[in-house]
Amino acid sequence: MSDISKSTLKRLAAGFRPYLPGLAAALVLAAVNVAATLYAPIVTGRAIDLIIAEGKVDFAGLRPLLAQFAVTIVIVALSQYFMNLFLNKVTFAALKDLRDRAFDNLSRLPLKYIDSHPKGDIISRLITDVEQISDGLIAGFAQLFTGVVTILGTLVFMLSINVKTALIVVVLTPVSLFVARYISKNTFKFFKEQTSVRGDLTSFVEEMTGNQKTVKAFAHEDEAEEEFEKLNRSLQDVSVRAVFFSSLTNPCTRFVNGLVYAAVGIVGAFSVISGHFSVGQLNCFLTYAKQYTKPFNEISGVITELTGAVACAKRVFDLIDETPEPDESGKDRLDAADGTLSAENVFFSYDPKVPLIEDFSLDVKSGQRIAIVGPTGCGKTTFINLLMRFYEPDSGRIVISGTPAADFSRDSVRRNFGMVLQETWLKTGTVRDNISYGRPDADMSEIEAAAKAAHCDGFIRRLEKGYDTVISDESSTLSAGQKQLLCIARVMLSLPPMLILDEATSSIDTRTEILIQQAFGEMMKGRTSFIIAHRLSTVRNADCILVMDSGHIVEQGTHDELMAENGAYARLYNSQFDCG
Amino acid sequence: MIKLFKYLKNYKKEAVLGPLGKLFEAVLELIVPLVMAQIIETGIKNGDRPYIYKMGAVLVLLGVLGLASSLTAQYFAAKAAMGFGTELRRDLFRHINTFSHTDIDSFGSATLVTRMTADINTVQTGVNMLLRLFLRAPFIVVGALIMTLTISVKLTLIFLVFTPILWLVIDFVTRRTVPMYKTIQKKLDNTSMIVGENISGVRVIRAFSRQHDERERFRDSTNSLQNIQLSAGRVSAVMSPLTYVFVNIAIMLILWFGGKNVNTGSLTQGEVVALIDFMMQILLSLIRLAELMLSLTKAQASSARILDVFARQPSLTDSGNTDPAPVEGAPAVEFRNVSFSYHDSERPALEGISFTAMKGETVGIIGGTGCGKTTLVNLIPRFYEASCGEVLVNGSSVKDYTFEGLRGSIGIVPQKAVLFKGTIRENMQWRKRNASDDEIMKALTTAQAADFVKEKQGGLDYVTEQSGRNFSGGQRQRLTIARALVGSPDILILDDSASALDLATDAALRHAIASDTDRMTVFIVSQRVSSIRNADRIIVLDDGRVAGIGTHHELLENCAVYKEICSSQLTEEVQDNV
Repeated sequence: MSDISKSTLKRLAAGFRPYLPGLAAALVLAAVNVAATLYAPIVTGRAIDLIIAEGKVDFAGLRPLLAQFAVTIVIVALSQYFMNLFLNKVTFAALKDLRDRAFDNLSRLPLKYIDSHPKGDIISRLITDVEQISDGLIAGFAQLFTGVVTILGTLVFMLSINVKTALIVVVLTPVSLFVARYISKNTFKFFKEQTSVRGDLTSFVEEMTGNQKTVKAFAHEDEAEEEFEKLNRSLQDVSVRAVFFSSLTNPCTRFVNGLVYAAVGIVGAFSVISGHFSVGQLNCFLTYAKQYTKPFNEISGVITELTGAVACAKRVFDLIDETPEPDESGKDRLDAADGTLSAENVFFSYDPKVPLIEDFSLDVKSGQRIAIVGPTGCGKTTFINLLMRFYEPDSGRIVISGTPAADFSRDSVRRNFGMVLQETWLKTGTVRDNISYGRPDADMSEIEAAAKAAHCDGFIRRLEKGYDTVISDESSTLSAGQKQLLCIARVMLSLPPMLILDEATSSIDTRTEILIQQAFGEMMKGRTSFIIAHRLSTVRNADCILVMDSGHIVEQGTHDELMAENGAYARLYNSQFDCG
Repeated sequence: MIKLFKYLKNYKKEAVLGPLGKLFEAVLELIVPLVMAQIIETGIKNGDRPYIYKMGAVLVLLGVLGLASSLTAQYFAAKAAMGFGTELRRDLFRHINTFSHTDIDSFGSATLVTRMTADINTVQTGVNMLLRLFLRAPFIVVGALIMTLTISVKLTLIFLVFTPILWLVIDFVTRRTVPMYKTIQKKLDNTSMIVGENISGVRVIRAFSRQHDERERFRDSTNSLQNIQLSAGRVSAVMSPLTYVFVNIAIMLILWFGGKNVNTGSLTQGEVVALIDFMMQILLSLIRLAELMLSLTKAQASSARILDVFARQPSLTDSGNTDPAPVEGAPAVEFRNVSFSYHDSERPALEGISFTAMKGETVGIIGGTGCGKTTLVNLIPRFYEASCGEVLVNGSSVKDYTFEGLRGSIGIVPQKAVLFKGTIRENMQWRKRNASDDEIMKALTTAQAADFVKEKQGGLDYVTEQSGRNFSGGQRQRLTIARALVGSPDILILDDSASALDLATDAALRHAIASDTDRMTVFIVSQRVSSIRNADRIIVLDDGRVAGIGTHHELLENCAVYKEICSSQLTEEVQDNV
C-alpha cells in the first residue's frame, strides 16, 4: 500500500478515536460471535455422535448437549446483534463528524477554492465519497476482521479435531479464491466496456430525448433512431458478455466448494472407518467446509472496496485540509461605514500569468453612484469580488471609511454592503426566511415593509401560502424577475450604507424591470452605490463610469468626459443604438 | 411488468432454457445431502471403501453437472434479459420520437430520459434475476421439503413450522427497512442540496455573514440523517441473528426428535445429518428469495413508469398527408383567428391571433415574458396544434403537410441554444444532411460565427461536446442560428436567440440576416426593441392577444403597450431619432 493511502488510513483511524470504546466493543463481540458460530457445529457433531442407531441413542448425554447448543445459539445471536448496533453507532457517528468537519471547512474556505472547483465535485466529496467510506471502509473493516477471525478460528478448530481432513480444506479452499479472482479480473474488463457503452447510450438519450423539441424542429427522428440502434446493439453485445462473466463467480466457487465437500466426505469417511474420527465430527467438518470459502470470497471483495474507499477518504480529507480564510475575529469591526471608499493602486489577477486589474485607483465620496459597464464576460464580477473581500488585492489596498478594509474583520466589511446580483440566489425555505436572511431577528411588520418597498408584497400575497410559501432557487413558482425583487427585499430589510447592484438584462419582462428599477432608485437614495449597468439612464446619471474590457478597467470618468475621449465607451454607447 | 414480457418473444428459447438450467442445478444440489447420507449409512457403517470412492465420484459428478447447467442457464438468462432490454429500449425510443410537444411537456423531458435509461436498466436486471431465480429458489424450498418428507413424515412437521417463520422474519425486516432506506435517501438528498446551495449562494451567504447558521443547518440535516440511519440499522441488525436463532432451534428439534426416531429404528444417523443440511439450504434460498422480491418490486415500479409512456398515444400525427404544392400568391405564413391553450391550463395562451407574413418579409414579435411569443411561433412548424382557427403555410393548412415536409422548409433557432455531441460540421448538417462546407461557411458567416469557428482547431472538424458546453453562451447561440440557416429555409424563426450576444454582435447579426436572406420570411421573437425595430411588421403581444400590428413608427403612434416597452428600453432621444 502506498504512503498516501497509509497516511489517509491513519487520518481515518484518528477520526475514529472518539469512538474507540464502541469500536473495541464491536471487535470483541465479533470475536465472540465467530468463536460461538464455529463452536456450534462441534456441539451438533457431538450430538450426532450420540444418535448412532436403533437402540443406541444416548438421551442422557443428548440433553446437556442440546442445552449447551441453546446457549451457543443465544451467544451467537446476541453478540451479532450488539456487534451490528455498535458498528452502526460508530460508523454513522464518525461519518456525520466527517461530513460536519468537511462542511465547516467549506464554509470557511476562500471564494477562490469554491470558484475554481466544480460544484458537483464538492458535493460528491461531501455526499458520495463519505458514503463510500461507510460502505467500503467501515463495513469492509468489519467484514475483513470477522473474515480473518473466521478463517483462523476454523483452522484452529479443524486442526484440533483432525489434522488430515483439515489439511484438505486448507489446501483446496484457496482454489476457489483463485477462481474468483481470475473471473473478477476478466469481468472487470467487460464491465468497463459496458460502462463506457452505457455511458455513450445514456448521453445520447439525454441529448436526443432531452432535446426532443430540437430533434423535431429539424425532423431528425430517423437519423436519431438509426444512431440509437447502433449504440443499443453494441450495448446488448457487451452487456451479455459482462453479465454472463460476472455471474460466473457464484457457480464456480460453488463448484470448488462442492469438490472440497466431496473430498472432506471421502477422506473423513475413511478416517471414521479407521476410527480416528466420528460421524458427528465429519458433519461438523462438512459444515466448516461450506462456511470456509465465504470469508475468502468476502475478503477479496473487501480489498477492492477498500482501495476505492481510501481514494474517497483522501478526497474528503483534501477538502478538510484546504486552508481556510484566516481567522479575523480579533480585528476591529466596521460598524457603520460613512460611505466613502477608495482604491489605491490595486493590482489583482486570478492567475499570476494573466494580469487583470493593474494599478487601479478610484475615489468615491459618500452617496456617489459608480456605474460599471462593458461587454458580457468583461470581468465586472472581479470588481465586486474585491469590494466584498471575496478576493484580496495582490497589492495596493481598498480603504473604507478612511481605514484599509483589510484592517476590519471580513464579515463586518461585507455587512456594510447590500448586494443584488443578476444571478439571483434564494435558499430553500419560506419567503419570509428568504427576506429576513440578512436579519433573522426581523419581525413580520419589518419583513412586510421591506417586501412592499421592493414591490413584492403583491405577488407574495398571491402565492399559495403567502409569506410562508416554501420556495427554492430552482422552483418555477417564481419568475426570474420576481426572484430578483425578492433579493432586493432581502437587502431592503437591512439596507447597509453601500450598495452593489446588478441591472437586469433580457430575461426579465419590461413591467417587472420597471419595478426593479424603481426599487433600485429607492435604495440608492443617499447611499454609495456600485452598479453594473445595462441601462443608458443609469450610466448617464452616474458620478463615475468604469469601463471594463476582458478584465481590465480601460476607461474611467463621467459620461460626457468619456464621450469626448471617443474611446471604448463611446464605441459601446454607439453600438447599442446603431440602427442596424 | 408482465405486460412487458412480450419483449422476450424473440428470446423464447433462452427464456425457457435459463430457468430450466437453474432448476436442474437445484435438483442436483438437493441430491448432495442424500449421497452424503449414503456415505455415512452404507459406506462408513459397513467399512466399504470402494463404495465411498464411488459415492465420492458421484459427488464430483454432481458438481460438474451442476456447474455445466448453471453456466448454460446464466448464459441464456443473460442473453434473454439483455435482448429484452435492447428491444424495449428501441421501442420506447421510437415511441417517444412520435410524441408532439404537448406530449413531451406533459411528461417533461428529464423524466423521459430517466425512463429510457435507469428504468429500463432496472427492469432488465429484474428480468435477469427473475429468469435465474424464480424457479430455483422456491424449488429448493419445496424440493427440500419433499426430500424431508421421503426421509421422515413426522420430522417434516418441524420444517413446515419453521419455513414460514423464517420467511416471516425475512419479509418483516425487508418490508420495515425498505421505506427507511427511502427516507435515508431523501435525507441524503437534502444534505446534498444544502451543500449545493452553499456553493451557489456562497456570495450571498457571506455578504450577510450567515456561515454560522448555515453550519447549524447542515448539522441539523446530518443529525436527522444519522438518526434515521441508526433506526434503520437497528431494524436490519435483527435479521441475521433472528434467522440464525430460528434455524438452530429447528436443528435442535431435529436432533432431539431425530434421536428418538433413530432410537426406534425409523431413521438413520446419516438421515439426521441430511435433514440438518436441508434446513440450512432452505434458509439460504429464503434469503435469496427475499432479495429477488426486492429487486422485483423495484422492477415493477420501473415498468409501471415505462408502460405509462407507452400508454400515451402521440397527440398529433401526419399519417396519410402528402405535401400540398404552394398556392400562387398566398402569404408565406398566415394565422386566421388562432387560439391555443396548453393542456394543463384553462386560460388560453393565445387568443384570436390573425396576421399574414408575405414571402421575404421580416416579422418581429415583442411583448413581456409569458405573453405567448414563443407559443405563437411554435404553431408554425406545428409543434402544437391550434385549439381553434387555422395556421397556413404557403396557402395550405399546416395540418395537411407531412412533418418532414413542413419542418424541412423552416429553419428554427430555439430559445435554448443546444448543440449535439459531434463536430461543428455534423451539427451544421442537421437541417440539410449533405450540406457542403461552402454552404456551411456561408451560414456561419451570416450568423457571425465564421470567425471563431475558423479559430478553433480543425475548423468545422472541431469537436462539440454534449449540449455544446465547450462553447460560450453567445457562441452557441450563433452556431444554432447558423444551423437553422444551412440549406436556406423558406421560413426562419429566431426565438429570442440573441439574448446572450452583446449589443454590437446582435446588431451585426441583424444586418447580415437582413441582407443575406432576402427571399426568406423571417420571424424574430425578442424582448429588445432594438432587435425588431426595423422589421417590416411588428406584432405586439400582450397576455396572449395582439395589442398591435404595424411598423415601429405606426406602433409608436397608436400602440400604448409598445410605447411603454420602448420607453423602458430606449432614451427619448433615440426614440425620436428613428
